[in-house]
Amino acid sequence: MMENQVAKQNHFWQYLILILLTIFILIPFVLGFWTSFLPTAEISKGALWSSHLSFDNYRAAITQTPILRYLFNSLVISVLTMLAQLVFCSMSAYAFVFLKFKGRDLLFYVVLATMMLPFEAEVIPNFATVRSLNLLNHYAVMVVPFLTSAFGIFMLRQAFLQLPEELKEAADVEGLSHWQFYGRVVLPYAKISLLTLAAYSFLASWNQYLWPMLTTFSDDFRPVQDGLRQLQSQESFNNWGMIQASAAIVVIPTLIVLFFGQHYFKSGLNEGAVK
Amino acid sequence: MSIELQKITKSYDTNLVLEDVSVRIATGEFFAIVGPSGCGKSTLLRMIAGLIPISAGILKIDEQVVNQLPPQDRKLTMVFQNYALFPFLNVAENVAFGLKARRLAKDEVAQRVKQALELVNLSDFAERKPRELSGGQRQRVALARAIASDAKICLMDEPLSNLDAQLRGKMRSEIRELQQQLGLTLIYVTHDQVEAMTMADRIMVLHDQHVQQIGSPAQIYQQPQNTFVANFFGTPQINLLTVQHAVSDQLALDSFLKFELPTKLTAGTYQVGIRPGDLLVDFNQSQTNAAVRNLEYLGNQSVIHAKLDHGEEIRITVANHLAVGINQRLLVTAKPNFIVFDQQQRAVLFVRGGKQDGTDQIQQFQQA
Repeated sequence: MMENQVAKQNHFWQYLILILLTIFILIPFVLGFWTSFLPTAEISKGALWSSHLSFDNYRAAITQTPILRYLFNSLVISVLTMLAQLVFCSMSAYAFVFLKFKGRDLLFYVVLATMMLPFEAEVIPNFATVRSLNLLNHYAVMVVPFLTSAFGIFMLRQAFLQLPEELKEAADVEGLSHWQFYGRVVLPYAKISLLTLAAYSFLASWNQYLWPMLTTFSDDFRPVQDGLRQLQSQESFNNWGMIQASAAIVVIPTLIVLFFGQHYFKSGLNEGAVK
Repeated sequence: MSIELQKITKSYDTNLVLEDVSVRIATGEFFAIVGPSGCGKSTLLRMIAGLIPISAGILKIDEQVVNQLPPQDRKLTMVFQNYALFPFLNVAENVAFGLKARRLAKDEVAQRVKQALELVNLSDFAERKPRELSGGQRQRVALARAIASDAKICLMDEPLSNLDAQLRGKMRSEIRELQQQLGLTLIYVTHDQVEAMTMADRIMVLHDQHVQQIGSPAQIYQQPQNTFVANFFGTPQINLLTVQHAVSDQLALDSFLKFELPTKLTAGTYQVGIRPGDLLVDFNQSQTNAAVRNLEYLGNQSVIHAKLDHGEEIRITVANHLAVGINQRLLVTAKPNFIVFDQQQRAVLFVRGGKQDGTDQIQQFQQA
C-alpha cells in the first residue's frame, strides 16, 4: 500500500512537471497562431485581444505573397529528396548487410564517420561544388547534395540486420536473385523503418534553411523556410499578422506528416518483436 | 533422387566442424541426422542445400556432382526451425512465393498452392497472416511451402523443436505420412533421439565432428557402435558398468550381477552396457546387492534408481507400479542382453539371448 502511494505521488509530480513544460513549450506556438487572426494594427499596439478576429491575414498571405509558390517549391524538393533517400539508403544498406565484399565494414565506418561532421562544416566545399556544376538557383541544388544520407543508411542497415537469417536462406533455396530478395523480402520486411525514414527525410528537407538561403536567389525556387524570412524584409513595414498567417500555413504539411507518421514512429521501436 | 556424400569436410579457418562424412541416401528414404547441439548437423544440412560451401569432399545429387551448384539448381526444398515465413505475406502467398520466383504459370501456382494447403489441412487459413496462426499452423505452412514445390528432396532443420510435446507427436506422424505419400527423399536434422527413432528409415549419429554410426533405428538401439551412441538413444539411459575382466567366460560385477560371454575376451577393463529394461529386480530375496535411491512412476512403467553395493548407480525399468521405499534392499540380476565396450569405448561384443549378435558390424562400419 505504502509503495503504491509513493508511486502515485511520484506520478503526480512527474505529470505536473510534464504539464508545466508542455505549457511552456506550447505558448509561443499558440501565441503565434492566435496573432495570425489579429489585425496587424492591433498586434503593433501589443494587444492580445481584439474584436476583429478574422481570416484576413490568411487571405492576404495567399493573394499578396508568393507563399503558394514557396509551398510548391518545398513540396517538389522534399518529395524528391525523400524518394531519392529511400532508394539510395535502402540499396546501400542492403549492400552493407547482404553482400559480402572486401572492406565492407570499413566502408560502412567511413559512411558513419561522415555523420560526425556537422553540415555547417561542409557548406563551403559543397557550395563550391554545386557552383562548378552550375546548379545554383535551381531545384537540383537543394536535392542533389541530399540524395542519400549516412543516417538513413545506418538506420536501414540496423533494420535489415533484424531480418532472420533463415529468411535469406529460404530465399536462396527458392533461387531469388539479390534484386528479387531486395524488392520482395527486405523492403516489405522493413516497411516500418522505411516509412520512418521517409517521414524523417521529408521533414528534414522541409525545414532546411541555411543551404537554400545560400543557393537560391529567386522566388521561383525558394522553399518555404527561406520564403518566410523573405516576407519580413520585403515589406516596407512588417505586416506581422500576415507573416504569422504564412508561418501557420507552412507548418500544416509538417503536422500532416507527423500525424500520419506518429503511428509508425511508435511501432517502429518494437519492430523486432513481430516475427 | 538419391544423395551421396563422399568424405564431406567443413572447416572454418583452422577450426574443424565436420570431418569425413560419407553416406549414400536412397530415393524416398527418410534419413535423420541426429546429435547433440553444436555437433555440426545443421552445418551438414546447409552444405547439402548449398547455403554454405563445402570445404572438402564430394556431394552428389541424382549421381551428379553438385558441389558448385547454387541452391536453387539443386532441386530441393527446405523447412526451417523458426519456419522462415514471410510475415508480410498471407498463407497462400507464402506457399506460392517460391513458385512465383521460379516464374511458373499463374493457374499452376494456384493449383499447387491449393493442393499443398489441402494436404496440410490449412485450406481455411489461406488468407491469414503468419502472426495470426498458432505455432503448429505456422509449421504446417512451412511444410506446405516445401510440398508445393515439385522438388523431390526435402531438407528439414529441427522443424518441430518450437512446438509443445503433444503437437510434436502429432506433427511427427503427419510429416512421416506426407513423406510416404509424396515419395520424398527427406533429410531430417534433429537433436531429439525420439524423433529420429520414431520417424527415420535410417539415422546418422554425429558427435565430435565425426559420424559415430549410421544405421536403422533398431541397429542404432540394439547395436550401438560406441558408448556415445548407446548413451544417446533410449530413455532412461543405458547403464554403463565398468568391469575388470580376467580371462574367464563371464563378466561379473558382483556375485549376482553377471554377464555370460559367448566368446572369449582378452583380459582388461571393459564397460558393460545394459538397457534398464534388461535388468531384473527382486525385493523378496534374503541376499541383496543394491539399495533403492529413487523411484519414478511413469504410468506404464516405473524407473528404479538404485545404487549397487560396490558403488555404481543403475537405472532399472519395471512394468508394474511398485510400492517400495527409499533405501529398500533389492537383488539386481541381468537378462543375457548386453553390449561390451572396450577401453576406447567401442563396442566389441553384442549379446542377445545369451548369443553373440552381429559380429562383423564394426568392420562394416569402418569400411563405410
